[in-house]
Amino acid sequence: MWDILEKAAKENGLVTAFAIVGLVIVLSGFISRRLTFGRVQGSAIAILIGLALAYAGGRCTGGSKGLADMAFFSGIGLMGGNMLRDFAIVATAFEVHPEEARRAGWVGAVALMLGTVLPFVVGVSVAWGFGYRDAVSLTTLGAGAITYIVGPVTGAAIEAKSDVMALSIATGVIKAILVMVATPAAAKFLRLRTPRSAMVFGGLAGTVSGVSAGLAATDRRLVPYGALVATFHTGIGCLLGPSVLFFAVKALVG
Amino acid sequence: MPIYGTALLAACHMLGIVLGDLLGRALGMTTNVGGVGIAMILLITSRCCLHKSGRLCANSESGVHYWGAIYIPVVVAMAMQQNMVAALSGGPMALIAAAASVVVCGCFVAFINRMEPEQAGAGSHDEPR
Repeated sequence: MWDILEKAAKENGLVTAFAIVGLVIVLSGFISRRLTFGRVQGSAIAILIGLALAYAGGRCTGGSKGLADMAFFSGIGLMGGNMLRDFAIVATAFEVHPEEARRAGWVGAVALMLGTVLPFVVGVSVAWGFGYRDAVSLTTLGAGAITYIVGPVTGAAIEAKSDVMALSIATGVIKAILVMVATPAAAKFLRLRTPRSAMVFGGLAGTVSGVSAGLAATDRRLVPYGALVATFHTGIGCLLGPSVLFFAVKALVG
Repeated sequence: MPIYGTALLAACHMLGIVLGDLLGRALGMTTNVGGVGIAMILLITSRCCLHKSGRLCANSESGVHYWGAIYIPVVVAMAMQQNMVAALSGGPMALIAAAASVVVCGCFVAFINRMEPEQAGAGSHDEPR
């Protein structure tokens, strides 16, 4: 019986991956609603479960590709591989309306630039403090502090090592979770009351999942304003990360 | 037909990757420079152009929306194949980097929002557009 199952999973890798990831997302949605009462968004929990499974897979096989090293889950490698990941990220740009973006004005643009450069500088500094000295690792880890998408996209473009990529994703995911959980508590300090303030927040806080979940828990009406600016975050990060920011780091560390 | 949307997405994706590679080569590197970002800008632009000429129907758009909606699951699958064992041996770096960037950005949000005129703030909160 088991060998039939394993053969079916191997020969239909991508289909198996869809089913497994769907199952993880159902489970994380349940955890989000029942255990955190919607405070932590389901997608963030799903990513954490994914990272936990990758850890388990890595421990079992001793390989470097997490769960994808197990024959039964080989389709995960295709579904989460560079091709489909970039394809899906490009597709999200379809939701952006330039005319609405223009309404965000210069404040949104300034916040976006700060929201890209500041976390990057912080991330690179911390990575430096932890003993990383090569430009590729420093850039990848700094990009991870922007969002958990920018990290791996940048890392893949400049050919970073997998463990650095994983650390970079972990940084982005922890940041998204911190934003989600801390925003309602810090709303007063952040002066999150107006659409304009939500746009500033969306640009600086970055992560779409963090911003939308954080604002939803603060004031539902502010969500679209924050998310509108935040949707540009990944694009700008992916554009600047492997180019301008990488060159800057390379120029600094040689 | 949904395939029109998916094909448009694929065309923008490929063009973006090729342009990113060309940009990388022009800058003297073997890597792709901002290909994904260029592809996103291409998609936004082509969507605007096609909308103006009315050549993009809702049915075709669904071929892009599906892939946009599948991006969180793809990221989950990506998370599942990371080298977590190696990452965790890196220690508390991820937590420190994340917390520090959240605190720094939070301070800037608070600073910028304190420059906002008070009356404008109160008015638009009562009636957000």
